[in-house]
Amino acid sequence: MSSVPTLDEVEVGLDLPELIVTLTRLDLVKYAGASGDFNVIHWSQRLATAVGLPGVIAHGMLTMAVAARVVTQWVGDPGCLEHYSVRFSAPVPVPDDDRGIAITLRARVEQKQADGRVVVAVTAALPDGTAVLSGARAVVRLS
Amino acid sequence: MDRTVIGKQYPAPETYEVGREHIRQFADAIGDDSPLYRDPAAARAAGHRDVVAPPTFLHALGFRFREPNPLTDPAVGVDYSRIVHGEQGFDAHRPVYAGDVLTMVTTITDIRDAGKNELLVTETSIADQDGEPVATLTATLVSRGTAASKEDQ
Repeated sequence: MSSVPTLDEVEVGLDLPELIVTLTRLDLVKYAGASGDFNVIHWSQRLATAVGLPGVIAHGMLTMAVAARVVTQWVGDPGCLEHYSVRFSAPVPVPDDDRGIAITLRARVEQKQADGRVVVAVTAALPDGTAVLSGARAVVRLS
Repeated sequence: MDRTVIGKQYPAPETYEVGREHIRQFADAIGDDSPLYRDPAAARAAGHRDVVAPPTFLHALGFRFREPNPLTDPAVGVDYSRIVHGEQGFDAHRPVYAGDVLTMVTTITDIRDAGKNELLVTETSIADQDGEPVATLTATLVSRGTAASKEDQ
């Protein structure tokens, strides 16, 4: 995983290795602690439903972080990442069970620039196909 | 929200020192087992001066410095229970390393209506101990249902 792909090895249209990440309530608690985001909608069923949500939902920033892994694990060195942006298009409901919810992450090379920058489009989908990110793009710099 | 606050800046009151153990904790929480987040020797072998922070790590600084912050500023008038995260962007000028001592300034760059909602757009500039830029974060927060009605515009 430490071998960074060279620019020559990358073609527009290349599909990066798919990643499936399962999030459980425990993962939300861990992310709350690591990020400092203790918003109640990410850990209290009672308070999440009180504000009109179907239940506890994942932090958008946790979804964004796990989606970045599809790019950084491919490129090997997270220091190559120059830009990363997403729109949050749907919430990720996380059930109070042992199975959690699986998010399927895919990414495809969209542009290859002469200066070594590679633009990658990233998608994140729930098991029913709902896209939870839209317009997600990462830019990595390769040599 | 009060549009006269567009342009208002919120400098973090203290510096933030990036720690190896915080990077490890954050990497554990996002399920990423890369040694570059944990092992200084592996990070150095890859050309870095210390362990590297994951791409979205810097977003946590906003929770470290809740005051002053657009979301808690009475002059902005955000109802936090109506806020959802709409968009987030990161532009890295260089990797973030353990040992970095960071400063942070958040600016309200726009507030506008989008249908029944309002959008609060912020830009956060993060720099290191030498004043060199490290990263720029952009966020669009959606305030659900708070746009002024048509007859008020």
